[in-house]
Amino acid sequence: MFDRQKIEEIAKERERWQKSTLPNWIRQCPERQKEFKNHSGITIKGLYTPEDVKDMDYMRDLGFPGEYPFTRGLHATMYRGRLWTMRMFAGYGTAEDTNKRFKYLLSEGETGLSTAFDYPTIMGYDSDHPMARGEVGVCGVAISSLQDMEVLFDGIPLDKVTTSMTINGPASVLLAMYIAVGDKQGVPREKLGGTTQNDNLKEFFAQKLCIFPPKPSLKLSVDVIEYCARHLPKWNPISISGYHIREAGATALQELAFTLCDGIAYVEETLKRGLKVDEFAPRLSFFFASHNDFFEEIAKFRAARRLWARIMKERFHTRNPRSMWMRMHVQTSGCTLTAQQPLNNIVRTTIQALAAVLGGTQSLHTNSFDEALCLPTEESVRVALRTQQIIAYESGVANTVDPLAGSYYVEALTNEMEEKAMEYIQKIDDMGGVIPAIEKGFFQREIAESAYRYQREIEEKKRIIVGVNEYAIEGEEIPVKLLRVDPSVEKKQIERLQKLRRERDNRKVKEVLEKLHYAAEKDENLMPIIIEAVKAYATLGEIMDVLRKVYGEYKELIII
Amino acid sequence: MVKIEEVVKGVLAGDKRSVARAITMVENSPEEAQSLIAAVYPNTGKAHILGLTGPGGSGKSTLIEKMIREYRRRGKTVGIIAVDPTSPFTGGAFLGDRIRMQELTTDDGVFIRSMATRNNPGGIAKATKDAVKILDASGKDVIIVETVGAGQSEVEIIKVAQTIIVIHAPGLGDEIQAIKAGIMEIADIFVINKADRENADKAVMDIQAMLQLDNKEKAWTPPIIKTVALTGEGVPQLIEKIEEHWRFLQKGLLHKRSLEKAEAELVEAIKDKVTSSIIKKLKREKRFEEILRRIVDREIDPVSAAEKLLDQILE
Amino acid sequence: MQSGRKIRVLIAKPGLDSHDRGAKVVARALRDAGMEVIYTGLRQTPEQIVETALQEDVDVIGLSILSGAHMALFPRIMELLKEKGLTDVVVFAGGIIPEEDIPELKKIGIKEVFGPGTPTETIIKYVLENAPKRR
Ligand code: B12
Ligand SMILES: Nc1nc2c(ncn2[C@@H]2O[C@H](COP(=O)(O)OP(=O)(O)OP(=O)(O)O)[C@@H](O)[C@H]2O)c(=O)[nH]1
Repeated sequence: MFDRQKIEEIAKERERWQKSTLPNWIRQCPERQKEFKNHSGITIKGLYTPEDVKDMDYMRDLGFPGEYPFTRGLHATMYRGRLWTMRMFAGYGTAEDTNKRFKYLLSEGETGLSTAFDYPTIMGYDSDHPMARGEVGVCGVAISSLQDMEVLFDGIPLDKVTTSMTINGPASVLLAMYIAVGDKQGVPREKLGGTTQNDNLKEFFAQKLCIFPPKPSLKLSVDVIEYCARHLPKWNPISISGYHIREAGATALQELAFTLCDGIAYVEETLKRGLKVDEFAPRLSFFFASHNDFFEEIAKFRAARRLWARIMKERFHTRNPRSMWMRMHVQTSGCTLTAQQPLNNIVRTTIQALAAVLGGTQSLHTNSFDEALCLPTEESVRVALRTQQIIAYESGVANTVDPLAGSYYVEALTNEMEEKAMEYIQKIDDMGGVIPAIEKGFFQREIAESAYRYQREIEEKKRIIVGVNEYAIEGEEIPVKLLRVDPSVEKKQIERLQKLRRERDNRKVKEVLEKLHYAAEKDENLMPIIIEAVKAYATLGEIMDVLRKVYGEYKELIII
Repeated sequence: MVKIEEVVKGVLAGDKRSVARAITMVENSPEEAQSLIAAVYPNTGKAHILGLTGPGGSGKSTLIEKMIREYRRRGKTVGIIAVDPTSPFTGGAFLGDRIRMQELTTDDGVFIRSMATRNNPGGIAKATKDAVKILDASGKDVIIVETVGAGQSEVEIIKVAQTIIVIHAPGLGDEIQAIKAGIMEIADIFVINKADRENADKAVMDIQAMLQLDNKEKAWTPPIIKTVALTGEGVPQLIEKIEEHWRFLQKGLLHKRSLEKAEAELVEAIKDKVTSSIIKKLKREKRFEEILRRIVDREIDPVSAAEKLLDQILE
Repeated sequence: MQSGRKIRVLIAKPGLDSHDRGAKVVARALRDAGMEVIYTGLRQTPEQIVETALQEDVDVIGLSILSGAHMALFPRIMELLKEKGLTDVVVFAGGIIPEEDIPELKKIGIKEVFGPGTPTETIIKYVLENAPKRR
């Protein structure tokens, strides 16, 4: 970005500075560490200068916001036009409880919904399954049938709000229920907006909520992508998730690289369905974590956007800018939050949220200060939401586009993240892609290593966690009021479910489940028939059982 | 402290807790192992003992799970010993094989035990053969030993098992090379797992080619079975072949193998006993240190020292 | 301690909880401290956990749970252990377990609970000091 002569001049001056000025300072005040590294293991220099970005080309590598390669943002005006969507992940108890929480959050100024389902639901079991005992409504909302879904969105007009659903193996079933609720509300399908996480690949090495083996899992993800491309133009069929990869222990770099690999796999698999890239790529969305190292995270978001644009253009030959867009949701990092001195978490979350905004996210969830204790209470979630509102309205950071562009440090780091991520992507391509890499345990090993290293660094105090391994309070009493899910939820939920089973047209249910079995064996796109099934009030567990029979169940490959 | 007699009684009655305890004893203490095995020995010799060996990731654990299911369908009870490596640096071990068989854990006709090698070379632990005897005495019809699967020559299994199954799968890197020399010769049955993968037929052909190189006249030609351990495809056929090999062994070879095994065990036991009693004697007579000193001072080399000692003692 | 003796630990994941980062970190730390660690894998029923402990003849069971279902699952595990006579096995736990539940858990026989932020050093030390000196 500078001419050669200027760079040489700067280099000469820098050398002089290193010889004359720097040593005196170091003698008087030695650096705190021999070496400074970020989470990805990249060595951080004491000073960045134009030399570090000398090979950059402004138009090639940065460009203008709203234009290729989108490093500076997807929209020309970014937050000057519209702020990011404030979307708080929420769900507990029965559909009634969560419906109330949704309405509370909307009334407090949240701008999009995000649903957390309970364990039975995310594993595709009904609330009365033996494995569901003690888990109903505990970690999210219990949804076993369309009936529950109707209650969940009661009084919430689906054409006015977008809804994200954190659901993977059973994504098609929950989406089908959402469509059915929309149909009932009279909302045309073109108007349904929202996201199903539906990223089954990362389950195998990150979130671990795997139900089926890799191949049928991928098939189910792609069913949703294909169906949405044809029928739900405003729905994001998938949220390709680095968040879980990161939270399972990966570094920022691994998060970035593995997520993009998954993205490539979904594109390749969907192309095999005969869709053209521009028919579905514009609706692919992404999901990342924002961890503690401020600049590393910002560089990661910027690198991710640029890299995806390049991949879509060069590898998949699209010319449609929308297909090159990496639209992302970001969640601040849960695993950085501590059970000790929980109020400190508000500060951590603020820094992380700021990084996400400076990184140009489209949507954001901020964790509550009781993250390491329980699901958020109304009070704690309000503070988390207020954190976003303060950044948006008070800090001024949203008033210009990509304010950190041109920082020698941020740009150098962005370049390095991109380069190193490319190396990983190459490695995985060489292995034959994501599924072979999963089967070899490649991702699992990488992540386990990083998670263990992170733990060791904390224990060896190479990494300071305030309030935990430094500045701890001896015998601390934690004054936080915990959210506890009422144990009667399980009983209520089971009663409702069993009543439904008695009262619905069971012949119709049986027929549609048989049809589903047949369609699954014939490898058809299952979305239409699943919509039919949920509308007949076949339950989540019944539908998933059919698929379990056809596809078999996955057993994890364990690497510590 | 648990009484050995009680444990023995439990083992013979098929009580799981006692079997588990007994295996711990043979792992931890040679003295207890000796009296325990002496007590259960008359009740052994009834089970069919299978050894399963092959490179890591070939699908051993997954296949065993399906084999257990098939045996259970046929009304047989099954014991499994799954061996994993001990870290030579820390002495610790991560035993993860049973994860794939966890659904069968609560079946009363199944007993699964993980075992660390405790640095014993050859793919199994020192206590594996005693653990097998305990399972045998407890009444299990079939016992399956899964070796470490680290890709080295894991031929120790031949001393424990009657039917050796060598498993391989396409896509594990240097393909058939991974079946190291030595392992080829001990196989009674070959399994090519992951037959759902593209190159399975090539793997079968590679093994056929290798078998043809060996043109010795043989009464039993190892068959090659294709399986998909994930779905259980090919497992009934595998069990058929195993049964066939069992019948074949019983036509005479079993007796011969039993003699060979007895010989190997006896020789090993003699070595152990002789060594430890000589060393004990030397230590008692306070001569051990003296000899060590002479070796270190280069007055005599270790082998000559041993020979001289033995001559003296045997005189 | 006798030379041949190794501490055997079962790390178990009861219920549908699939947070495995902590369980694996703990398993690895115990292994690196020289123990033999058996891991059940995810989503185990109380019956599977107890049966595994029995067959593997472990000295210690470590329950890892972050799902909040501990009050529903732990009592059943403790009951089954008693039923099978595994009363000399030390049971301890970790994960997201609210402070206020700990007295109740101790009452049913869970010896100790380690929450987020516990150094693995502490956990290793606990096992070394508390593994039963049986046999
Ligand atoms: C990382 C994380 C995830 C990752 C998990 C990745 C993985 N493969 O493990 C992802 C993003 C996938 C995830 C998803 C979900 N999560 Co989560 N997650 C967390 C988080 C942020 C950190 C947990 C962690 O790994 N910490 C790092 C490790 C090293 O620490 P640890 O597990 O606590 O272990 C330490 C100690 O607890 C102890 N320990 C742990 N186990 C054992 C065992 C023994 C024997 C001993 C002695 C000690 C011990 O020692 C360890 C070392 O110190 C916690 C909140 C928090 N900050 O704790 C929420 C949290 C656990 N998650 C939660 C929820 C609800 C979920 C979901 C159900 C959300 C949903 N509805 O979709 C899903 C379920 C996913 C699943 N796999 O089960 C809730 C649980 C709520 C509750 N109990 O009331 C929490 C508390 C967050 C919250 N406040 O809402 N999650
Ligand atoms: N495609 C396919 N995969 C299989 C098959 N059998 C096993 N696998 C997979 O291969 C991987 C390794 O299987 P394991 O059973 O753990 O293999 P192992 O030989 O016991 O491995 P170690 O315990 O490392 O020695 C797992 O991911 C299995 O799901 C099969 O028939 N087909």
